[in-house]
Amino acid sequence: MKVPLSWLRDYVDVNLPAKDLAHRLTMAGVEVGEVLATGGWSGCFVGQVLAVRPHPQADRLSLCQVTTGTEQMEVVCGAPNVATDQKICFAKVGANLLNTHTGKHETLKAAKIRGVESQGMICSELELGLGEDHSGIIVLPEDAPLGTPLDEYLGDTVLDLEVTPNRLDCFSILGVAHEVAALTGQVVREPDGYYAEEGGPITDDISISVADPDLCYRYTASLISGVTIGPSPQWLQDRLTKAGFRPINNVVDVTNFVMLEYNQPLHAFDYDLLKDKTIIVRRAKVGETLVTLDGIERKLSDRVLVIADSNDPIGIGGVIGGANSEISGSTTRVLLESATFDGYNNRETAQELRLRTEATLRFEKGLRSELALIALRRATKLIQESAGGRISAGIIDVFTGQPQETQKVTLTAERLNRVLGMEFGAETVDRVLNSLGFSTHRAGPDKVEVDVPYWRNDINIEEDLIEEVVRIAGYDSVPTTALSTPIPSQRPDSGRKLGETVKDELAATGLQEVINYPLVSLEDLQKAEWPTNSGETLRLSNSLNVSEEWLRPTLRPSLLGTLAANQGHGEGPFRLFEVGRVFLAQANDLPDERQVVAGILAGQRSEASWLESSGALDFFDAKGVVEALLERLGVSVQYEPEESPFFHPGRCAVIKAENADGATLGYVGEVHTLVADKFDLRPRPVSFFEISLDQLLQAIPDTARHFSQISRFPAATRDLALVLPGNVTAAAVEGIINRHRMVVRAELFDIYSGENVEPGTKSLAYHVYFQANDRTLTTEEVNRSLQGLLRSLEQELGASLRG
Amino acid sequence: MTQPTSEPPSSQTIERLTREAVDELSKLGTYEELETWRVAYLGRRGRLTLLLRGLSGLDIDERRLVGSLANEAKGTLEQNLERRSAEIDGAELATSASQDKLDVTLPGRTTPVGRLHPTTQIVREICGVFSDLGFSVVEGPEVEWDHYNFEMLNIPRGHPARDMWNTLWVDYQNEAGEQPMLLRTHTSPMQARVMESSRPPIRVVVPGKCYRYEATDATHEWHFYQVEGLAVDEGITFADLKGTLYEFARRLFGEDRKVRFRCDYFPFVEPGVDMSIDCFACEGEGDGCRICRDSGWIEIMGAGMVHPKVLAGVGYDPEKYTGFAFGLGPERIAMLKYGIEDIRLFYANDLRFLRQF
Ligand SMILES: [Zn+2]
Repeated sequence: MKVPLSWLRDYVDVNLPAKDLAHRLTMAGVEVGEVLATGGWSGCFVGQVLAVRPHPQADRLSLCQVTTGTEQMEVVCGAPNVATDQKICFAKVGANLLNTHTGKHETLKAAKIRGVESQGMICSELELGLGEDHSGIIVLPEDAPLGTPLDEYLGDTVLDLEVTPNRLDCFSILGVAHEVAALTGQVVREPDGYYAEEGGPITDDISISVADPDLCYRYTASLISGVTIGPSPQWLQDRLTKAGFRPINNVVDVTNFVMLEYNQPLHAFDYDLLKDKTIIVRRAKVGETLVTLDGIERKLSDRVLVIADSNDPIGIGGVIGGANSEISGSTTRVLLESATFDGYNNRETAQELRLRTEATLRFEKGLRSELALIALRRATKLIQESAGGRISAGIIDVFTGQPQETQKVTLTAERLNRVLGMEFGAETVDRVLNSLGFSTHRAGPDKVEVDVPYWRNDINIEEDLIEEVVRIAGYDSVPTTALSTPIPSQRPDSGRKLGETVKDELAATGLQEVINYPLVSLEDLQKAEWPTNSGETLRLSNSLNVSEEWLRPTLRPSLLGTLAANQGHGEGPFRLFEVGRVFLAQANDLPDERQVVAGILAGQRSEASWLESSGALDFFDAKGVVEALLERLGVSVQYEPEESPFFHPGRCAVIKAENADGATLGYVGEVHTLVADKFDLRPRPVSFFEISLDQLLQAIPDTARHFSQISRFPAATRDLALVLPGNVTAAAVEGIINRHRMVVRAELFDIYSGENVEPGTKSLAYHVYFQANDRTLTTEEVNRSLQGLLRSLEQELGASLRG
Repeated sequence: MTQPTSEPPSSQTIERLTREAVDELSKLGTYEELETWRVAYLGRRGRLTLLLRGLSGLDIDERRLVGSLANEAKGTLEQNLERRSAEIDGAELATSASQDKLDVTLPGRTTPVGRLHPTTQIVREICGVFSDLGFSVVEGPEVEWDHYNFEMLNIPRGHPARDMWNTLWVDYQNEAGEQPMLLRTHTSPMQARVMESSRPPIRVVVPGKCYRYEATDATHEWHFYQVEGLAVDEGITFADLKGTLYEFARRLFGEDRKVRFRCDYFPFVEPGVDMSIDCFACEGEGDGCRICRDSGWIEIMGAGMVHPKVLAGVGYDPEKYTGFAFGLGPERIAMLKYGIEDIRLFYANDLRFLRQF
């Protein structure tokens, strides 16, 4: 909302610098986004054209004698609209202006134009930066004081307000004036709405009815006959231009002016285009269409409220007028509408038609119906003044509901103090409320009844008044105190806590955390071999990026994508993880949001180093990370071979908890070559793990860790090189070794197959540690135990000692 | 090397022997030579040992005198041997060290360094401050009902304030043909959820992702985090809101930060507040500053007293309970703290960005 200070001053004195005013408004909740100054026209003055004669060398140019009151100069002018006696904007030689040819600000020099020296320039809007119009010069009002510096006469400051949706009143200059008055201790001067009614009774000429009173609460109208349509007076055009509106004609401009002044949108119909002198406010009939003022033919639904004559719609109520009743150069009778429409329906209509206008911006927020009549009178008066004509006697006022009572709200000192934590005296409260235009009736020192003025629609409850008092008094007047109420007991959120712990552990293990968008494309899900036809995946109905409109049911494509995006920046190592949510659809409910951790490892194990060459990160790097994480969390798991299309055949393990009924916690494996190909991943292999944090939470032992005795007696070590059938897993071997009595630990230190080992077999070599808590084991005991262990391995797995 | 002789022990002979031995020792340079010297003087058949053995031929007084001198001499020789040995140690070490010297400027053996995403770090920092002030940290769903995201927050259908939150809707229709499922546009729906699931006193902060149907630019992301806060009890005031948020700003940004509270609008609070801190780029000067757009202040948080309709909506008596709520954007705070100028960097996951934190 653009508020030119020159306009604002019509209603309230502004006696502080614009910047200070902007600050006070901002602090009080009416944010001034920018203070825009027009002007800076040094060397420019209000001038007058004394004589115009044709340029001897050029048909389209004229030579003008111009005075500033103290000096006379001859100027070459190319504008077709220049004429004797006009007051104009005159730039003397030396003035700083926009050069319309170069687009730069330049100092104006005396120049010979077709042989005649021009000692200055008569300016158009464009050169002064006031608008885009370069077709003619600006013609100032006759009363413009000759010789006044242009900065003084035309310069202005515009406050560009960022109005919050509750402060409808601040979409009007008068509303802002009330705000300024309250903040600076001034009084608002209300505009004049008085006019003489010279025509016959309006009821002879028009009949108006409201068929759908639920959508139109009040409909007022006046009739002005004998108008002459033409450009508006300069003052009116200036006001609108500075507020960001384009002047159109002397009737439409008045409706826009009064809308900006009072907030009430108005509409002017060409009375002679209405059929049967009738207006009916009704819902559109199915199949009805209307060509609106923007030239678009619109199909109307029965949810849309139209203004119709006896046959057809002539406007969409509170949204836009129809082309079939538009004010034109030949209009002589104007029917002026000022109505109150239902905000909800108005907003729905605007959304349905995808048409938001200055009118809907206001109606959707619920204008008070008192305003309709006030604005009607003001606009009627101004139309008569700017376009002439006679105003019919009386007005039409169809008030469909109960005449609205003034909004009343009561404020008690007790409530005020309880909400703010401080006291305001009754005098202060009254003074602040009165300064904003509220009338107050004291029902005692601690209670005040307040009438809300017609321009405010945002004051409905006691707290609203409390805000009014404290925002005008200033938030700085409220003390700062520490919370003194008891601290509630902590609410545990074990899921969040686990997620944070997992992030710490993985970062400590050397992985970089990433955070991805939760929307993925169907194509990426398919590339990651994720089943997409199960109905488990939710889709958005209005995605920003059509390709990415699925709520991810897995982190897989996210991390593969992150790797792909980064692989161009080096050879790795790439060690990435994400703790994030996946979304699984549920019938008639919000989706199941599950927290998952996933990691991806690829590229060189370490950056190139002078110490050693590192090789590529692989399955065992990923598994090592998983093992470290689970160990830190105290979760025992088993890894079992698993086949899944995302993972490379034979290179994936399912991770199962040892407690929690062997629930699947997740997977670790190498990404299938074909999947990696589809994501254009260069480093190979790509290792990946994912663990459901919900499942993990279940598997974490809830008892505290239990200390187990550290033996004081030495351990004996034996090396065990076993030859085993090729399909026997290390887990099976270790299962047997570790369950053996006296064995406390076994370390796999070598795996071998190939030469010296029979085909179809492999060799695993372990350091095995024997130890007891109560004595040093004798060599004999150790050897006996070793023999027993070998027998078990032989019987259960077909193992033999490597020769 | 002097051969062992059986000189008669006397103070003179002891003195001479000591002098000779020390003199000789000073010329030796290796451990082998030292050992030979030790054997020659202090060994079982060494000169001093033999000399001591000859004491038995002296009378009692002289034996005592010469005996103590001989023992003294033995001590002197042993000390000198030790010193000389240490000198040789030092010299040898110096020689070998100069050969085994490391270039300590070479890079060390690599250990992978992992880091947390800057958003995780800043969210933790923010929640940590509130946690110290007695707030619990809880999370809520990212996919929400219109009911919690809007209606319970005093933003009914058709409310013009809905324009403040451009919404991403989930393709789901209920039996009434409505589309009530959405990606939450703020963390505020947890206000109602927390209040519904418990009774006052309440103090929580809710970090989490939020989504808007908005084009992105350097200062806007469609996907971002928020930290929501809520405190409800009997007797909580606007002054408490100011005090709590002021304390937060001081703890997060430092003691010297100035804080400004001004009126702002959010439908679920009344009165509504915007909290700003003085701009650290221009020290609050404002003019010509890009960071604070000439104002000298940087908005960091929206807040306010919980709207009575919100309290009543969850069955709390607004006549009895009051409370305040607030919400802030962690990325924005990280951008200010670390001088990041484009919010889109956060979730582009370029490792060259992430590794800086
Ligand atoms: Zn600044």
